[in-house]
Amino acid sequence: MLRSPARLLAGTAAAILVAAPSQAQERPQAFVGAEIIPISGAPIPDGVLVVEAGRITAVGANGQVRVPAGAEVHDVAGKVIMPGLVDTHSHIGGGDGGDRSAPIHGDVRILDALDARHDRLRTARAGGLTTVNIMPGSGLLMSGQTAYVKLRNGRTIYDLLLCEDVLTEVCGGLKMANGTNPLRGGSDSPSTRAKSAALVRQKFVAAQEYRDRLRAGGEGANRPARDLELELLAQVLDGERVVHHHTHRHDDILTVLRLQQEFGFQVVLQHVSEGWKVAEEIAAAGVPASIIMIDAPGGKLEAVGLSFETGAALERAGALVALHTDDGITDSRHFLRSAGLAVRGGMSREGALAALTLNGARMMGLEERIGSLEVGKDADFIVLSGDPLSVYTRVEQTWIEGERVFDLADPEDRAYAVGGYKVREEARP
Amino acid sequence: MKYGEEIGVTRGAAVLAVALGGLLGAAPAAAQVAVRGDVVHTVAGPSIPSGVVLIGADGTIEQVGPADRVAVPQGYRVLEAAVVTPGLVDAHSVVGLAGQLNQPHDQDQLERSDAIQPELRAVDAYNAREALVEWVRSYGVTTLHTGHGPGGLMSGQTMVVKPRGLTVDEAVVVPVAMVAMTLGPEVSAVFDGRPGTRAKGVALVRKALVDAQEYRSRRAAGGDRAPGRDLGMEILGRVLDGEVRALVSANRVSEILAALRLQREFGFDLVLDGAAEAHLVTDEIRAAGVPVIVHATMARHGGTMENATFETARRLQEAGIPVAIQTGYEGYVPKTRVLLFEAAMAAAYGMPFDDALRAVTLDAARILGLDDRVGSIEPGKDGDLVLFDGDPFEYVSKVCAVVIDGRVVEEGCR
Repeated sequence: MLRSPARLLAGTAAAILVAAPSQAQERPQAFVGAEIIPISGAPIPDGVLVVEAGRITAVGANGQVRVPAGAEVHDVAGKVIMPGLVDTHSHIGGGDGGDRSAPIHGDVRILDALDARHDRLRTARAGGLTTVNIMPGSGLLMSGQTAYVKLRNGRTIYDLLLCEDVLTEVCGGLKMANGTNPLRGGSDSPSTRAKSAALVRQKFVAAQEYRDRLRAGGEGANRPARDLELELLAQVLDGERVVHHHTHRHDDILTVLRLQQEFGFQVVLQHVSEGWKVAEEIAAAGVPASIIMIDAPGGKLEAVGLSFETGAALERAGALVALHTDDGITDSRHFLRSAGLAVRGGMSREGALAALTLNGARMMGLEERIGSLEVGKDADFIVLSGDPLSVYTRVEQTWIEGERVFDLADPEDRAYAVGGYKVREEARP
Repeated sequence: MKYGEEIGVTRGAAVLAVALGGLLGAAPAAAQVAVRGDVVHTVAGPSIPSGVVLIGADGTIEQVGPADRVAVPQGYRVLEAAVVTPGLVDAHSVVGLAGQLNQPHDQDQLERSDAIQPELRAVDAYNAREALVEWVRSYGVTTLHTGHGPGGLMSGQTMVVKPRGLTVDEAVVVPVAMVAMTLGPEVSAVFDGRPGTRAKGVALVRKALVDAQEYRSRRAAGGDRAPGRDLGMEILGRVLDGEVRALVSANRVSEILAALRLQREFGFDLVLDGAAEAHLVTDEIRAAGVPVIVHATMARHGGTMENATFETARRLQEAGIPVAIQTGYEGYVPKTRVLLFEAAMAAAYGMPFDDALRAVTLDAARILGLDDRVGSIEPGKDGDLVLFDGDPFEYVSKVCAVVIDGRVVEEGCR
């Protein structure tokens, strides 16, 4: 399963070649004087955060937390520190997934197509994102396996993945979609909602039978031929891999809940534009919802009922809510903004900030490692110029496992933060 | 309202239309309104703490000043707010021709049969009851430059409306504002190779303008050889005469320079639109004296927008170029942007508050040639206001009322 950052660095040879040397992690680093928003507890007006060897070793009020001898001290008076942002739905990194040959591709993996040095990973760091669920698109019923990554300064995909061994571990979720995006008609795609559901059900039934035959321990002729897709879906049925399900309209949302009831998989609803219409049902099902803030309803029929108030409605009903960017639909650099809009729509401030961090971590099964500033968790955090819910606030620094991966004061990083990073140096004004 | 003669609607005619509408049982005529704001940003001078704005029965601003100098007359409806600004002026949108459903039947901002169709009028395609129009109004837009959109070499005409009323007649302020043009690879993509390249696109634009010059002189010469009336040639003649502006969408430096080159050759009144790479050629743009309606701050940075920045409006303003911010056009979700949010994001990236507010009020009005009527809170101007419960740019602040021509068209904080 998922390993600690220290063991990850020690155990994976390729990762040692990461550009930023680990000297940065040999000295403890203390961040003193900022308002600290741990998410897991009340904000600390004048706080101290200490990190060492990639982990948080202390967090608390200035004067109550001991700064270790030999620590590098960062004066962050006037700033705000909160956990690195967790984006449960993104398409950064130039990856892709299933193609148009069929509506279902459980065996396709986005990690086989991701570019670890893609520009959009750098813009995401500038937005304060530290952990991202990078997914294939929604034009298919099942477009492929997603990748849970940290936005470390890496050379290869292995430097970013949260798992250690892609061949034996679960390194992400499974992307599914219903509603209109997967309805393309023709011979290789459903054209109605009922057909979409039937195709998915048939596939999950086949996966159940495949798994049952494997469990029965059949040998020789009784052993089923290895099927990458059914193998993957067996993981889903066993609760080892989470389904991230794109869905907009209220009835399409209920269809996801119905399928979850039938097959028992873990699922996160994604987008949930009309979630405010079925907030009670979502909460009653105990299914979490990752939602998107879009500036106007419409753009497609199933998003006509989109509302800024979905987060508030779901929160009131008792559902777990996260926010996401769906980068490139919205820009990772504007991820903080979605929390401000969610509060405008009636969500609580604490709920909106958790929706950017810990709630998304929970939806990815990573809440032990990330999503809040607590002793023992990964040293993933951001330094902000002010209140995270203010439009005027800028992400000034992004840190992952005790290494700074974005610094607004660095001119090259700044070009990624404000745009124009592809402009050749000599053309810059 | 004689559209055939393409006469602009005077304020008096608009008031008459509204009053007649009232007699015919439509919405009531504008009442006298007094707005009290803890801060009133007039955009015409320093902001006024504890200010009062009075709007008279004719829907125009009577007075604005500190509360201790402006008495609220009897019988005025009083509204109160933390912050009051002029109604926002969206320098470029396509809503009303573009609809929320994003189906072929509600996307009238781009006709795909030909890349050059300047004769297409916005008034013939404007849906005054479109949900997107209501959406943008609810976030404070009171003057809207809308119509044909980017994608065609000359996609058609634009107009200026106010998002009020149930019909285009009630909404229209300037029935023919500009001719929308686009230079860039997106044209080839839309028109499937006709033109197939950017250079061919420019050549076709030049040819159309030359044809319009020929048409104009032969019509003027009269006689048997005079050509029959051609609607497209006619509107281009008005562009050449400087009566109607050319709104040219161009993102790349090469495309921006091509637009400036066309302006130099034909002498029309040019407004640059989008202009993602304008920050790389500020000297040339300033020297040409051309205003720029910068793309929406949060417009996606793909394709020809890949060198866009969140600071462009600010950088152009600092370079002395007249600038407004728009909501623009989106082919997908979201079907419209929100001007208030776009201005807020420009402010977030360093544009001073007053400059960002002006870029979506008075500076936009100036580019549209309507700064005598809208864009600031001054006596004599239209009674268009937005009321907020806090800093207009903060996410957690809400729009609590929108007033157009003295009529409260939106109420309830959102």
